[in-house]
Parts: sequence; structure tokens; C-alpha cells
Amino acid sequence: MSGTWISTRAWLLMLPLLVVMVSVIGWPLVDTVRLSFTDAELVGTEGSFVGIANYEKMLAGSNFQKALVTTTWFAVVSVAAEMVLGVLAALLLNQQFRGRTALRALMILPWALPTVVNATLWRLIYNPEYGALNAALTQLGLIDNYRSWLGEPGSALTALIIADCWKNFPLVALIALAALQAVPRDITAAAHVDGAGPFNRFRFVIMPYLAGPLLVALVLRTIEAFKVFDIIWVMTRGGPANSTRTLSILVYQEAFSFQRAGSGASLALIVTLLVTILAAGYAALLRRAAGAS
Amino acid sequence: MLKSIRNALLGATLIGTAFASQAYAETTLNALFMAQAAYSEADVRAMTEAFTKTNPEVKVNLEFVPYEGLHDKTVLAQGSGGGYDVVLFDVIWPAEYASNKVLVDVTDRITDEMNKGILPGAWTTVEYDGKRYGMPWILDTKYLFYSKEILEKAGIKEPPKTWDELAEQAKTIKEKGLLQTPIAWSWSQAEAAICDYTTLVSAYGGKFLDSGKPAFTTGGGLEALNYMVTSYTSGLTNPNSKEFLEEDVRKVFQNGEAAFALNWTYMYNLANDPKESKVAGKVGVVPAPGVAGKSEVSAVNGSMGLGITATSKHPEEAWKYIVHMTSQETQNAYAKLSLPIWASSYEDPNVTKGQEELIAAAKHGLAAMYPRPTTPKYQELSTALQQAIQEALLGQASPEDALKTAAENSGL
Repeated sequence: MSGTWISTRAWLLMLPLLVVMVSVIGWPLVDTVRLSFTDAELVGTEGSFVGIANYEKMLAGSNFQKALVTTTWFAVVSVAAEMVLGVLAALLLNQQFRGRTALRALMILPWALPTVVNATLWRLIYNPEYGALNAALTQLGLIDNYRSWLGEPGSALTALIIADCWKNFPLVALIALAALQAVPRDITAAAHVDGAGPFNRFRFVIMPYLAGPLLVALVLRTIEAFKVFDIIWVMTRGGPANSTRTLSILVYQEAFSFQRAGSGASLALIVTLLVTILAAGYAALLRRAAGAS
Repeated sequence: MLKSIRNALLGATLIGTAFASQAYAETTLNALFMAQAAYSEADVRAMTEAFTKTNPEVKVNLEFVPYEGLHDKTVLAQGSGGGYDVVLFDVIWPAEYASNKVLVDVTDRITDEMNKGILPGAWTTVEYDGKRYGMPWILDTKYLFYSKEILEKAGIKEPPKTWDELAEQAKTIKEKGLLQTPIAWSWSQAEAAICDYTTLVSAYGGKFLDSGKPAFTTGGGLEALNYMVTSYTSGLTNPNSKEFLEEDVRKVFQNGEAAFALNWTYMYNLANDPKESKVAGKVGVVPAPGVAGKSEVSAVNGSMGLGITATSKHPEEAWKYIVHMTSQETQNAYAKLSLPIWASSYEDPNVTKGQEELIAAAKHGLAAMYPRPTTPKYQELSTALQQAIQEALLGQASPEDALKTAAENSGL
């Protein structure tokens, strides 16, 4: 009896939150699903039911397949680089040295900058006529003449990945640093006395503390990287010759530039599904990791 | 469900504005402009201030976005139930905006004085299907700018009259070691590239559409792209052009790193400003060249207009504001940035003073303005063509194949 009262009260207390969640997340999602089965335009026609025609058209198009490859490559490479850089930076900042506090504060800066600012900054660095990168590489004798980094399909995506890494590795570093702070000093000292080298100390003493938080960082970053839009939109708008057109840009163009709300919605849901599968896979990994420890 | 939420919100805003309007008794207009080229943000603010001085009962909130975001922001605001009263629109959008009821038809508001006084070519900016959806505001086309100094050093007497001459002159400049890559264009994957392409299409007498179907895969459309690719691969064109927008072209030209550049009106006075530019006082401007036997000059219609949105609650005040912004007085005062839409201004010494060369080029250029295709599907067509241009420049596809793919992806 009291049990039901408690659970009823719990539900009552949660009610405001549930109402808010359903209205701001649930309802748009349901409406997007409805839209994706119609041929609605953004302005003008309400559209009529067309079944799965949108999905068929989107999945069969070469644009989608190319964008999927581009997005996957972007996500895998940038997230892998961010994880490695982040852990290395955290290990460095975990050492005792003068100016450590200042360096920690400085490292957060790229991550704290708005993406648009970051993207504009990198556009200046990559500028083919008077960019800092061209100047530096020329002075070091690594290139003979100035290159158009964002204008060549071969280098544009890599250039974007570097810009994305610079902005996002601090997040991984912060999470890893927090985990490192939790490693008791006496354990690492004991391992040292027992003659474990730096690599073994990292592998067997520190890594168990890092694994969980790093997985969380990996999940967060992968999902974000898979949905990447703003940094690319500002820097290349998907060019040159669509070599940096990711799925989010495709969704944007379909739904807003071409104003096909119906097929835009279906594309957005396909991307959502892909991200959900990724997230579910990671969640399973997390559970296994939790069980193992 | 959604309707009731919307009504509740609307009710709340109405109550809010009712209180506000009792306090101030004024109308607030929201206007969307762009943050580049032609009139600067500061100029638009100054023009607007002049309007609110004479109309104290109207308040105007200005918002500026880059050109690249202008179309989508306008459409998105419309899709979510409005927000703007006055929007700046490009010459390529009236078809779509009219079909989707984004802008209201203002044909009946236009006075005889406007009809007679404004250049006939300017009206095409705001027309679709025989109706007018706003007032022309920025009259613009791309001109061929050249560095008088570099041409002199190369021993070239006259700027080029045809595109082939342009290539020859650029070759001479390159061979004499004056500049490695004498020509600069804006060929980034953006609308800017289509403007350059359209200029060439008009020179070669090409056609974008024939009875609604793509017609750019042969004839002038193909020759235009061939010219671009040849100019790029032969090293006469700055290879970075494929990631340039107009502002990049201006910087390169102002640094004296280009002998020739295709750009809008606004570059003329900026490139001649000693504070801004290393080539001040040495800037020449002529209409974009023609093609022997086909055209004398070439030009793209890059004009823009101001219109009233279909969701505006204050169309009267919005029109009043547009009339002020497009009036001869306002246009003449800012003629250094964008040439007036009013025919008689071109005889006014206050307007022509110090930019006689530009005015001379404008007389031919503005008269030859060639439209980009008027179709509600323009954005899709443009995106497909941007891709074709980039693929052809990068050698990923031959110009023929790239244009064929664009025709298939144009949605027409």
C-alpha cells in the first residue's frame, strides 16, 4: 500500500519533467517520423503520404553513400586522434611542474571557443595566399610553394580533421585528467619500487582507472563527430567538389536549401538510427567494462 | 496539440506586445540584411537611422547574416511562422519565394514615378511571372578589374575586349615574369562560382534552360566551363581561385597579386582606397569581355531587392521603410558602394564624381545583365552546377560529363 503511494508520489514529482521532455523532445521526434513518410515541402505544401519512397530514394542515392563514407572517415580518424592526444596531454598535465595550472587553463581554451570562431581561425591558418601554415611549412622547407589546403579534395578533409581535433581533444584530456587524479600515488610508487617500467605502470596500474571515463569520452566524441556540421559548413561548405560533405550537411541541404522537408526528415532519421546503433554498441561495451572491473 | 501550443504562445506574445505598445505606441520592424559586399553593415544602420528620424513611431531591428546564410535564414523563419518583416533577397529567389508565398506581391504599390524613374533592367531583379515582389535595392554585376600598372609594365595598351584576349594578355604577363598567376576568380563551391560561370555563359551566348529543361550541357554552357578549365590548367588563373569567395579575390587584387579579377561593383572604391589597398589609384575597370562574333561584353545579373514577407504584421510600415531605402536620395548618398537604380542619377555629377570609369563600365555592363535561371528549383540547380564546376576544375570529370551529371542532379 505504502509502496504504491511512494511510487505514485514519485511519478507525480516527475510529472513536470515528463511533460517538458515529451513536448520538447518527444513531440518533434514523432512529427519528424510523420514528415518522413510524406512529400511535404518546407513552405507551401503540407504533403501527402508517400510510404517509404523517401527512404528508398535517399538510401539509393550516390550522395548518401559518399557522405556516409566521408562522415565515417571523419569520425574514426578525428576521434582516434583526439583520444590519443587527450590521454597524452592528461599524462603531461598530471606531472608536477611549474606553470602546470596555467597550462591546464590554457588547454581548455580551444574547447571553450565557439565552433564558428574556431573554424574561422583555422580558415585563416589554412589560407592559400597568406595563411600561417603555408608560411611555416615553406620556411621549414617542407613545401616549395603555397598550397590550397581547403581547395584540394586530397587535403580538405584532413585539414578539417586537424581543426576538429584541436578543438575537441581538450575535452578528452579533461576527463582523463580527472581520472588520473583518482589514481592513488602509493600504488604507482609501489609499482615503481617493484621495478615496473613506465609502459607497464601505465598499462597495469593506471589504465584500469582510465578505462571507464575514457569509454565515456569515446562515446560522447564519436556521436558528436558523426553529427558534425558547423565546423565544415564554415570552412568548406562541403567542398571542394563535395569531398567534405558529411551526412549532416546532406540533411541540411535536403531539408532547408532544397526545402524538401519530407526527404530531409527521412535522411535525418537514417542518421539518427546510425548514431543510435553506435551509442547502443558503446553502451554494451561500457556495461562489459563495468562488469569486468 | 501543436496548434494549441502555438496559440498559447501567440496569446502570450500578443499580451506582451499589447503592454509594450501601450507604453511606446510604436511598431517594430524586423529586417534581415547581409553582412558583406555593396553596402556595409554601418551604411545600412545609417540609412535606417535616417528613416527612424523621420518616422519616430517605427523602430527597426536589423539583423545581418553572411550572403551564404541569407536564403536559408529567410526560408527557415518563414517555415517557423515568420519573424522578419523586410528581407533582402537575391535576384535568383523571386521564383521560389513567389511560388512558396514567402514574399508578398507589391505590384500595386509601385508608383508611376518609380516605374518611369528606375532602370528597366533593375526591375527584372524583383519580377516573377509578371508580378513584382519587392523593390530593387542593390544594382550589381561583375566587372573585369585590372591593374593599370601591371598592364603598362607588360606593354599592353588596352584592357581585353574578348575572353581570348584576356587569356593572351595574362599569358604575356606570365611570360614576362610579372605575375605567376595573373587572373583571380571566386570559384569556391558557392553561389559566387555560378556568377562567374553565368558571365561566361552570357558571353558565349549559352542558355541555362530550354523550355524548363537543362540546356547548359552543350553550346555556350559547355564553352563557358571549357574556358574556365583551360584558364585554370594553363596556369593563367590563380589555382587558389577554387576556394576563393569575392572577399578573397579582393584581397589578392588589392595586394597587387592579380592583374585581372572578376568582381562586383563594391571592389572599385575599396581597391582605390589607399588605406585598404596597395594598388590604389591604379585600378582599371571595364565591362567583362565578350566573345568574337557572339557578344560585345558579358554580365551577370547580381542585383538584390528588398521585399515584404507574407508573415509580416506591418506591411504598411515595411513598405514605407523599403521606399526610403530604395529612394533616389538614399541611393545617391551611398553611390560609392553600389550604383543607383535610378536612371537620372547617372547624369548627376555628385554621383559620378571620382568614379567616372566605373560609371562608363556600368553603362555597358548593366545593360547586358544576363539572368541566372528563374526557377523555383534554383537552389538545387545551383548546387549541382557548383559541383560540376569544381569537378571539372579538379580534373575529376571532363566538362561535358560534369555538366551532364549536373543536369541529372538539377531536379529539373
